[in-house]
Amino acid sequence: MVPGYRVWWWSVFTLSLVPLAVLVARLLFGQLGPDPAEPITRATGLAALQWLLLTLAMTPLRKWTGRTEWMRLRRMLGLFAFFYACLHFVAYLHLIAGWQDLWGSFTRRPYIIAGLAAFLMLLPLALTSTRAAIKALGRRWRLLHRLIYPAAIAAWIHYLWQARADIGDMVLYGAVLGALLGVRLAGWAGAKMRIMTKV
Amino acid sequence: MLIRNKPSWHISHAEVTPEPVYLARRQFMAGTLATATALMLPASLLAEEKGLRSLSAAPNPDYSTAETKTPFSDVTRYNNFYEFGTGKGDPARYAHEMQVEPWFVSVEGECARPGRYNLADLINEAALEERVYRLRCVEAWSMVIPWVGVPLASLIEKFEPAPSARYVYFETLHDPAQMRGQRGRFSTIEWPYREGLRMDEAVHPLTFVAVGLYGRVLPNQNGAPLRLVVPWKYGFKSIKSIVRIRFQAERPKTTWEQMAPHEYGFYANVNPHVDHPRWSQRRERRLPSGLLSPNWMDTRLFNGYEAEVAHLYAGMNLAEHY
Repeated sequence: MVPGYRVWWWSVFTLSLVPLAVLVARLLFGQLGPDPAEPITRATGLAALQWLLLTLAMTPLRKWTGRTEWMRLRRMLGLFAFFYACLHFVAYLHLIAGWQDLWGSFTRRPYIIAGLAAFLMLLPLALTSTRAAIKALGRRWRLLHRLIYPAAIAAWIHYLWQARADIGDMVLYGAVLGALLGVRLAGWAGAKMRIMTKV
Repeated sequence: MLIRNKPSWHISHAEVTPEPVYLARRQFMAGTLATATALMLPASLLAEEKGLRSLSAAPNPDYSTAETKTPFSDVTRYNNFYEFGTGKGDPARYAHEMQVEPWFVSVEGECARPGRYNLADLINEAALEERVYRLRCVEAWSMVIPWVGVPLASLIEKFEPAPSARYVYFETLHDPAQMRGQRGRFSTIEWPYREGLRMDEAVHPLTFVAVGLYGRVLPNQNGAPLRLVVPWKYGFKSIKSIVRIRFQAERPKTTWEQMAPHEYGFYANVNPHVDHPRWSQRRERRLPSGLLSPNWMDTRLFNGYEAEVAHLYAGMNLAEHY
């Protein structure tokens, strides 16, 4: 273990709390504006997407740097993504949709269905993130956790479908997601090619 | 004889902080906090608020709601004015970059008196009135705003529209040098912003041209120096910073209708029974909304102006002509 790893872990942990801290600070200082529903829902949703992308960045970083410490941050980042997704989910229900007509809230609008799909895919990943679950599931754990790919894509679509007039931010996040998934596709394709050339 | 044995913790009344002082401390704290946050705002915004010229306008109670008004600070800091950015705070931050003096409005099309008019020649300040209207945004929030202005009908009659003029078309200033939102690379809006009304809607006594709010001239972020206010329609119909008015026979293509025709119609009448494809229109959050529990209220047909305007749409299927 590299010295200072604990410092790293705690730094990333603290940084991961920044979106929440900013939101709480704005709340306390009355800086959320006259319609807090909107900034609260937006900020938590954006943080969920950002931390999902950070989670997806850990494996490529391990490959490029050859250091395994990234993998130990991966679970924490993924759980933070789920944490913000939970806040986002509750904020939407409580502040935007309301608790009546839940079925309607989640089935009538495509962008909500995409968001809900992403959330439901993240749920089993969060539940099976314990050491015991990893052990118990064995090989199936890796298979299950590939759900993060469709979850991230669904989350991005959920974001894109909310664009009204300017899709600049959506394009930016899409490019990052595309790069992170593209790296994996290239890796798999490369591995297949090597196998095929050996045969 | 009564002998009082004062306990050790006793303090005399003279030492007790009087309640007003005690309460004033809270005010002081709140004030300090407000000052601290104000210091975080760009100086330009504050200067602009202070510099707004007062307007004298006679209140028009016949056309005013008695509902609680949305505070000036919310009305002027929470805006949709995509010419300055898509964030709600962007207009307050950047609209000072727009030059509103002098201001000219081009009047064109099927009317007897087309031309390029100076704003001062269009609005007679002696005729200004104040109307407190509900404003319902298509995004499911609403405000109550005291506007200062004149009925649009009084403006339209100056131009003597021809009988063939069945629609009125409006255009917002298009100048990327002054409007940073128009410089965005990924903006899907085709500038300038365009709106329109059917002639009978335009001359309806509720349809208003505002040049001010809260007794002062309009802050830039609210659509200075003149904007439309059509209280029974979603807010995006109330076009801001108008530079062009055209009378025409055919229905104009309006900006949002052009961008997303399945989401925004030409009429855009407030209607709780016709949902936006991406959200419900049954309720609205009246601003300022509660911090952790929204200030919900039921949205009313034609934003509560049904008695005045429903006849304009008699026989029309409002779900089809949304």
